[in-house]
Amino acid sequence: MRFRGKVWKFGDNVDTDQIIPARYLNTSDPYELAQHVMEDSEHPNFAKEHQQGDIIVAGRNFGSGSSREHAPIAIKYAGVPVVVAKSFARIFFRNAINIGLPIAEAPEAVDEINHRDELEVDLESGIIRNLTTGKEYKATKFPEELQAILRAGGLMEYAKEKLSKNVSG
Amino acid sequence: MGMTITEKIIADHAGKKEVKPGDLATVKIDLAMANDVTAPLAIKILEKYHIDKVFDPEKIALVLSHFVPAKDIKSAEQAKMVRDFAKKHNIRWFFREGEGIEHTILPEEGIVVPGDLVVGADSHTCTYGALGAFSTGMGSTDIAYAMATGETWLRVPHSMKFIFYGKPSAWVMGKDLILHTIGQIGVDGALYKAMEFEGEAIRHLSMDQRFTITNMAVEAGAKNGIIAPNEKTLQYVSQRAKKPWKVYHSDPDAEYSEIYEWDAGKLEPLVAWPYLPSNVHPVSESTHITIDQAFIGSCTNGRIEDLRIAAKILKGRKVHPYVRCIVIPASKKVYTQALKEGLIDIFLEAGCVVSVSTCGPCLGGHMGILAEGERCISTSNRNFPGRMGHPKSEAYLANPAVVAASAVLGRIAHPEEVVSLKEVEEALV
Repeated sequence: MRFRGKVWKFGDNVDTDQIIPARYLNTSDPYELAQHVMEDSEHPNFAKEHQQGDIIVAGRNFGSGSSREHAPIAIKYAGVPVVVAKSFARIFFRNAINIGLPIAEAPEAVDEINHRDELEVDLESGIIRNLTTGKEYKATKFPEELQAILRAGGLMEYAKEKLSKNVSG
Repeated sequence: MGMTITEKIIADHAGKKEVKPGDLATVKIDLAMANDVTAPLAIKILEKYHIDKVFDPEKIALVLSHFVPAKDIKSAEQAKMVRDFAKKHNIRWFFREGEGIEHTILPEEGIVVPGDLVVGADSHTCTYGALGAFSTGMGSTDIAYAMATGETWLRVPHSMKFIFYGKPSAWVMGKDLILHTIGQIGVDGALYKAMEFEGEAIRHLSMDQRFTITNMAVEAGAKNGIIAPNEKTLQYVSQRAKKPWKVYHSDPDAEYSEIYEWDAGKLEPLVAWPYLPSNVHPVSESTHITIDQAFIGSCTNGRIEDLRIAAKILKGRKVHPYVRCIVIPASKKVYTQALKEGLIDIFLEAGCVVSVSTCGPCLGGHMGILAEGERCISTSNRNFPGRMGHPKSEAYLANPAVVAASAVLGRIAHPEEVVSLKEVEEALV
């Protein structure tokens, strides 16, 4: 999986209330959630102004706070192909992998990536290229088990066989 | 090498003699929980994959707590979806609107007991660690998977130990111990790790206050917070347990990635200013901050002891005329007890709004949303931008005594500015 897109740069501790405020949690419709993605963040117009394929780059502890899976879902259905951050909060990290939203942890890269830079992220090799500055970085490699879940497109797809005994008829 | 309490519980649930930090473990769960916000996503996932059988309806809890009683049609649809699912699958632990917040109900009803391994689609699932259980928050897909299979995967966390010596002063509560901890290590200071609390000050804390501490472990990024059971835990559990329990303790030679030691006697009540729970200041340095709303409630501080201390301060006094003070008992049991003790009368006479048990304003759901520029002092757990309402509103986090005193003075206040310590001690006897 290789993605190329323009960067939206965010700071540290972008919490799930900024990603998808609780006032929109009365629905679980992914496209409706996507319309409000990042609404309480430093880029409140993100949902209106971003282009399909734009990449979110953020600092430490991205996705901290609530367990709402609505957060990675809103990002995924807004057409963001990958989130690059210095680190991810624990539940967001699990949720992103479980729903098949690619994420990359690259502490060194983030400081040298600017808002609106052009970025290329190759998930297989873990190589992140800043096409604007020409610099190249390596993302932290995830354990094989997690890569397998991401490749399958999420936890349920990965575990389909195991789950088949819960399906009747 | 010895094991920590967290490692022992995970090992037992993985059917292994030993686990080490970093190991990937597949564990059997004792309970999977979801609420009216997170369960609908899990239900949709189960339906999408045509999974029409849960692993064990006796080991699933569904709690309608967040937007209840329904604040709008969409919320009503979500609650209905959860209710229909509970009915269809004969879910044993279904709690309808008004029964309370899951993190108060499940320990209170003895549904979670020491030694359990619990996963919940709510980040504050870590609350049950105060019972000496391993419990952690996850998303809806993980919970759907757990509800179907009775299993989940975990990476065994490194454990951090937090030792509180000494005796906290009268106005210092469990809330201040956890705010101090988060202030010291930061909002990602325990990322992926287990936070184990012990020491003289913890041993003497009531269960209500211990729940406040483990509740906020996630605000430091932790996977779980945990306090090994002692006689207070067992007394609490023996009155309500719905099943047998198992007490675990960390071995003396267990390994910790960090150990912090603090003197609880040296702390004063603390306030976490916007926009992070780690932005902690002593209350004495916060008294210039005026407020528009005071909120006493939530899974962090909506238990009977929290309401008792707030009532001691509000008794015979009035909430500042331009402040709204919202009191929400965290469960129906807490509400009933508060009624019996006359606390609700005290709140109403002081001019508070008292509501049915719900998460309500903590997450900006309903029942007390902030306008642009408004400030709230709250006993809840998060003060992120927009958490309690308008993105340009502000939330300050403190213990219930500080919040009640602030409601009276219309600004952040030390409880002693409103009531003498002697008065409270006499009243509490």
